[in-house]
Amino acid sequence: MVRHNIIFVLLRRLHSPLIALVCVYAVCILGFVLIPGLDDKGQVWHMDFFHAFYFVSFMGTTIGFGEIPYAFTEAQRMWATFSIYATVIVWLYGIGFLLTVLQEPGFVQLMEQTSFQRKIRRIRDSFYLICGYGDTGSKLVKALTESDITAIVVEIDPERIHVLELEDHRIFVPGLCADASLPESLVMAGIKNKNCIGVVALTNDDAANLRIAITTTLLNPGVRVIARAETRDAENNISSFGNSQVINPYVTFAGRLAMAIHSPGTFLLHEWLTSVPHEQLTEPLFPPHGKWVLCGYGRFGKAVHERIVAEGLDVTIVEAKPEKTNAPGNVIVGRGTEAVTLEQAGIENAAGIVAGTDDDANNLSILMTAGEINPDLFMVARQNFRSNDAIFEAADIDLIMRRGSIIAHKLYALMRTPLLAKFLDLAREEDESWANQLISRIGGLIADKPPLTWEIDINMTQAPAVFERLETGEPVQLFSLYKDPQNRDNYLDCIPILIRRKGNQYLLLPDEHLQIEAADEILFCGHQKARIMTDWLVLNPQVFNYILSGEEHPSGYLWKLLTRHAQKKNQQQQAK
Amino acid sequence: MNLEKVIFAFFIVLALTLNFGFFIGDIANPVHHNVYELFAAIVVSLIATILKFGDRTHIGAVLLATSLVADLQLIVAAIVWAFVEHVSDAGMTPHAMAAIVSLSGGAVLANITSVILLVTETVMVRR
Repeated sequence: MVRHNIIFVLLRRLHSPLIALVCVYAVCILGFVLIPGLDDKGQVWHMDFFHAFYFVSFMGTTIGFGEIPYAFTEAQRMWATFSIYATVIVWLYGIGFLLTVLQEPGFVQLMEQTSFQRKIRRIRDSFYLICGYGDTGSKLVKALTESDITAIVVEIDPERIHVLELEDHRIFVPGLCADASLPESLVMAGIKNKNCIGVVALTNDDAANLRIAITTTLLNPGVRVIARAETRDAENNISSFGNSQVINPYVTFAGRLAMAIHSPGTFLLHEWLTSVPHEQLTEPLFPPHGKWVLCGYGRFGKAVHERIVAEGLDVTIVEAKPEKTNAPGNVIVGRGTEAVTLEQAGIENAAGIVAGTDDDANNLSILMTAGEINPDLFMVARQNFRSNDAIFEAADIDLIMRRGSIIAHKLYALMRTPLLAKFLDLAREEDESWANQLISRIGGLIADKPPLTWEIDINMTQAPAVFERLETGEPVQLFSLYKDPQNRDNYLDCIPILIRRKGNQYLLLPDEHLQIEAADEILFCGHQKARIMTDWLVLNPQVFNYILSGEEHPSGYLWKLLTRHAQKKNQQQQAK
Repeated sequence: MNLEKVIFAFFIVLALTLNFGFFIGDIANPVHHNVYELFAAIVVSLIATILKFGDRTHIGAVLLATSLVADLQLIVAAIVWAFVEHVSDAGMTPHAMAAIVSLSGGAVLANITSVILLVTETVMVRR
């Protein structure tokens, strides 16, 4: 795209007023030079160009400096009168024209784009491009900026861009109001920039997300693409090319909800590991087993139903339009907001209820009615819009599932450490007691803040101390990576939870005596402070050496020479 | 025939001819150099500059640059003239006149470049 120079565009638009200004000035000045005047002695006097220019300059803008250097003759006054009107009009015309040009929507847009591009060029860190700034997008951007990752937003709705501009992020987030499915918008947003490490397509239109994924793969191959897709068709389409990942919001959301109901331990593990900085730590919940009532059988309800039934739980469905949604035969017809329908569904002896319609007000109404009939119910609410946070929190609900928030957490975890996504996949296959054990281990490491996860890659740039040690052929055991550099008898407040070996071999919760190999990628989970310490010890050979041997080796050449000398002497003495 | 091109070429050539008219003559003799001609040269040169605004082609950019050079030289010449006439005690001297005319001579060179570029562009288009 051609980079417009705003000044030149402005000057081209101002051609006519500028030429009018020059012409009027020239005529007025020339008039004053040509019209004869009288000096203080009554002799004929001609104004020169210098004085004429001076007089016209102040006359047009101020009017009222007086007649200089001598009082004017009648002819000069007549010309001055003409000049005053001519110059004032031409100034008004020029300034009015300038203001009109500055306010033209096209020009305003051009100015915004120019300033946006300037901001993009100034970004020196690697950044993610977020297309779509809805509930999920805003939550994700907040989480990214909290952990010092730069994000750029492209959003089609000017309202949402205003929201972004008013929000107070830790890092400045530039926002472009443009259609992200057009390649030129993405180019303007910096997709070709070498600092762009990933594109997240979160628009609510599958076709747009597909186009974003294609554009990214073609314009900047190698960049990560994470796209949202609501239908299976779009999901397969997007994941078929490039290195793209697809998230289906309904399936993800329903999967989480089902997980929360049937295996709270695994759910809590997910919540903890994907939590965003500065969030409150989720408390463990223990939903009862027994009969459940599910209100709403739309796309979301179907996904939940499939998961819950697979868990062997007994579910009664309440749905207002069973024909439209293809509900199974034994469905209770009704919205669930009225007591009759809920009683039909057997709410009195149910263990829990899921209010899963796409209407927040209805969901709250369902739960309040159900709570009056059966106060011991375990209540799960689906919250669709973030703007309803306050009322959902005020209602006494056991578990609130926020769609935007869950997708944002998943994306955030994917973007921060790709290993974490793999870990969560593996954790889902483990049983409930495994998850509970891990939770109590992690819970012991962190006080009441969400745990942090981070990755250490055993290579020359990220962990030179460990890598060099491995190069010399000496074995390094896993536990030495998380010993306290201040006292090697203590462990740091973190545990390794996953290792990826060469050839995509994964080791879940590796043993602490495991031998580390070069090119291992290790995922740690624990306290923020432990992260700083592990980074220090894998980078600094001195510190790492202390951890391994308990001795501090001299670092300078002189000291090395001296200690070597002393060692030789010792050896000689021992030989004698 | 394109009216815009006519006006454009007219002002560029007029800027050169007026400028040349002022420049020609004995360099230090004030009688040979008319102040009205300098005024006209400045006005036409300014208009020519404004006409060149916003042309984003390469040749347009060079034309704008030469025009700005001519403006600068002529305006400096006018300021020197105003200074020696009204501010300095010595008044107009052959030395000052020579300075003014040589400044306008520089502007002539810039204007010649403009015209050469204009001719080149015209020859290249051949329409």
